[in-house]
Amino acid sequence: MIQLKVNGSARRFDGDPEMPLLWYLRDVLDYTGTKFGCGAGLCGACTVHVNGEATRSCVTSMQDTAGKEITTIEGLGARSEHPLQAAWKQCNVSQCGYCQSGQIMQAAALLKAKPKPSNAEIDAAMQGNICRCGTYQRIRQAIQIAAGVKA
Amino acid sequence: MTRIEKVSRRGFLGSAIGAGALVLGVQMEQAEAASPAWSPSVYLGLEPNGTAVIVAHRSEMGTGIRSVLPMVVADELEADWQKVRVQQAVGDTKYGSQNTDGSCSIRDFYDAMREAGATARLLLEQAAAKKWNVPAAECKGQNHFVVHAKSGKKAAYGDLVKIASTLPLPKKTDLRLKPESEFRYIGKEMPTIDQADHTRGAGKFGIDAKMPGMLYASIERPPVFGATLRSFDDSAVKGVKGVVQTSTIPGFKPPHVFQALGGVAVLADSTWAAAQGRKKLKVEWDLGSNGSFDSGREKTEILAKIKQPGKVVRNVGDVDKAFAEAGKIHEASYYVPLLSHAPMELPAAVAEWRDGKVVTYAATQNPQAVQEAVAGAMGIKKEDVTCHVTLLGGGFGRKSKPDYVCEAAMLSKQVGKPVKVVWSREDDIKFDFYHANAGMYMKAALDDKGRPTAWLHRSAFPSIGSTFDAAAEYAMELEMGMGWVDLPYAIANHRAENLPHKNHVRIGWMRAVAHIYHAFAVHSFVDELAAAANRDRVEYILDLLGPDRQVPIQPVGMKYWNNDQSQEKFPVDTGRLRRVLEVAAEKSGWANKKPGKGRALGVAAHRSFLTYVAAVVEVEVDDRGRVTIPRVDVAVDAGQIINPERARSQVEGAAVFGTSLAMMGEITAADGRIVQSNFNNYPVARINEAPRVTHVHLVPSKAPAAGIGEPGVPPIAPAITSAIFAATGKRIRELPVRKTKLV
Repeated sequence: MIQLKVNGSARRFDGDPEMPLLWYLRDVLDYTGTKFGCGAGLCGACTVHVNGEATRSCVTSMQDTAGKEITTIEGLGARSEHPLQAAWKQCNVSQCGYCQSGQIMQAAALLKAKPKPSNAEIDAAMQGNICRCGTYQRIRQAIQIAAGVKA
Repeated sequence: MTRIEKVSRRGFLGSAIGAGALVLGVQMEQAEAASPAWSPSVYLGLEPNGTAVIVAHRSEMGTGIRSVLPMVVADELEADWQKVRVQQAVGDTKYGSQNTDGSCSIRDFYDAMREAGATARLLLEQAAAKKWNVPAAECKGQNHFVVHAKSGKKAAYGDLVKIASTLPLPKKTDLRLKPESEFRYIGKEMPTIDQADHTRGAGKFGIDAKMPGMLYASIERPPVFGATLRSFDDSAVKGVKGVVQTSTIPGFKPPHVFQALGGVAVLADSTWAAAQGRKKLKVEWDLGSNGSFDSGREKTEILAKIKQPGKVVRNVGDVDKAFAEAGKIHEASYYVPLLSHAPMELPAAVAEWRDGKVVTYAATQNPQAVQEAVAGAMGIKKEDVTCHVTLLGGGFGRKSKPDYVCEAAMLSKQVGKPVKVVWSREDDIKFDFYHANAGMYMKAALDDKGRPTAWLHRSAFPSIGSTFDAAAEYAMELEMGMGWVDLPYAIANHRAENLPHKNHVRIGWMRAVAHIYHAFAVHSFVDELAAAANRDRVEYILDLLGPDRQVPIQPVGMKYWNNDQSQEKFPVDTGRLRRVLEVAAEKSGWANKKPGKGRALGVAAHRSFLTYVAAVVEVEVDDRGRVTIPRVDVAVDAGQIINPERARSQVEGAAVFGTSLAMMGEITAADGRIVQSNFNNYPVARINEAPRVTHVHLVPSKAPAAGIGEPGVPPIAPAITSAIFAATGKRIRELPVRKTKLV
């Protein structure tokens, strides 16, 4: 039996301990905001926070989540909208929108660690997150707005 | 021609409003919505509380179309956008074409959307006139009210629905479309309806759709195109926890069209269990004639083939005579490899077979194609297939081909439960309908100023036509019409030739389609000619374009495709191409930016999807040969723009898509199998590899709306390689760029 917290709620899991967190979130808990893009930690669409760290849920097995606190996109702005979510809307970042949960979760972890990131720090933090629609310049702009830094 | 059928109001209520197609996720949508909505058009209904329900019949894959077309309806309706609910349509021919590709949604439906809104507005005005006993002409719809200025009377739209619903539909000639000066939403910077959902992970995609009691399927498909199942052993599969059963899907009968590829499916109670079970399958295949296909050998064949004469598809003047008399000849061959769409959301659908009918929720660009393909697979009528359209996590043409929906429906029938199919990324990369690999041979005769007196362009590539005719070897009209037979330059002698080539994998259309390789060859060749003449590249292209004029395109043995539009309405207009080139040059500072160490500009100007685009790309090549793109300027004349904000976003995205295919995209095959499998070996541009900033310059235009989703793509690759040549002296004739060592 694996015990963990997801978006503040205590959960118990007694399925296959090898199952990636991604499928537990999506198939079992129905937190479908976390997306499947590659299954190999290559695209970042599945990014969630595990104890506050940006983590690829598609390559994180359930046994490694024991005792951990998981935050998904649904939990990020649950109490009040995260500044990144507001900035994302301000910049009309999304095209298809599929990768944006992962982008925002990655960016949120960045701003927690580095509240005023430089351009290079943004690029370094965000290069694991693919956007096939190509919204990168708006992602960078939205992060800068949320962080209150100039381009 | 788009055909829109008039339907009864009952028909509308039953299918669109009642279906509640937006309700997706944990459970199926509830039965009929209770409200007795009034619907004067298939695209529009009003509820008694005044809410305007506008139907989005095109698929949303990131272009913003499910917001932008409803805004056109709302504008003519004089609706308050806050009182509009957008409802996604199911697949149904009554809406006209729902095939969301070809950059044509606005072009084909702008007028129909305006008429739908204007029809409802007129009926509401007539209803108010009846209520107040005043002339209808004195009543005016304004922001969700009808007002009568003379008496000062005012009524909310919702309060007029009951009367309006008793009135006969007006004739089209009675409609009064709004003058441009009164537009509320058209031409304005309106945000799309899905932005907020996407920041909360609340948008519902195909991969998110669920049906009660469904099983998850993971499918082992034939590793080679056309391979067939010999035998399989699933004894180890059944020991995997969560696996329910295995099932086979028969292979396709040629032509493959959108049929399932066939294979062995593992069905389980979760995505993970199905994938684990699949790993335990042992499958033997008969590989068939493509089992020895090798993409490297094919490239050699294509590049040899295009040195030989082919079928003439356009002929102007006398190219042979001009070549014989020429003082100077320049020739070059170009090659673009197979490419995969790789949308971020994998192909995904859930389907249920019940009582001889199919209901599916699918990420599809074309729900009517889903109906046809699934009906064909199941042996039922297409009307017995209900296709709910989810959001699409990218499409790029891949999701026009609903083989994955057929898989879900076929499996559901076999197991007696709803089945969800989600492809893995490996499935997606290995079993795509690939963008064609193409070889282009170019030859020019040059005068003493280095200007061509003759131009020969030969192409060979496996045709998209092979999807519909297994024996097809020559290009389709649409492939010829994409930047090949429609060369707009003022060159006296011009010939285009096509060499036949057989497909060995599934070939399909990908964002910008045949323009990708034709634009790369044509504009790279222009760049070479300008360099050989030692002339400024922008000035050289302007010289090639010649005086502003409309160029009639008359191919040999077929009509000019022109996106199925007449050349009267959408001519090839060199003045518009000149204008975008001048704007891109001016905005990028072309004249003043001289190449520095490893840093230079490149340029290309191309007409595609009836839109004119010029791109100036700045590249930096460091001392280790790594390329970065600090800035791109793109000037676009797409005719009338309905939503400039979304138009810019499409062009920004196209610059990234173009960068991916130029710099890194390549699919190869060995022993008939696709070599690549995921983003590690089929990379696409990341934030640090994409253009740092793309400035989009929308050129004001009086022309009718053309297209915006795709035309930003074609000029990017040749502009990048043009810039790399200027920066390094390295001429790149084969994509992707990463195959060439730059230092």
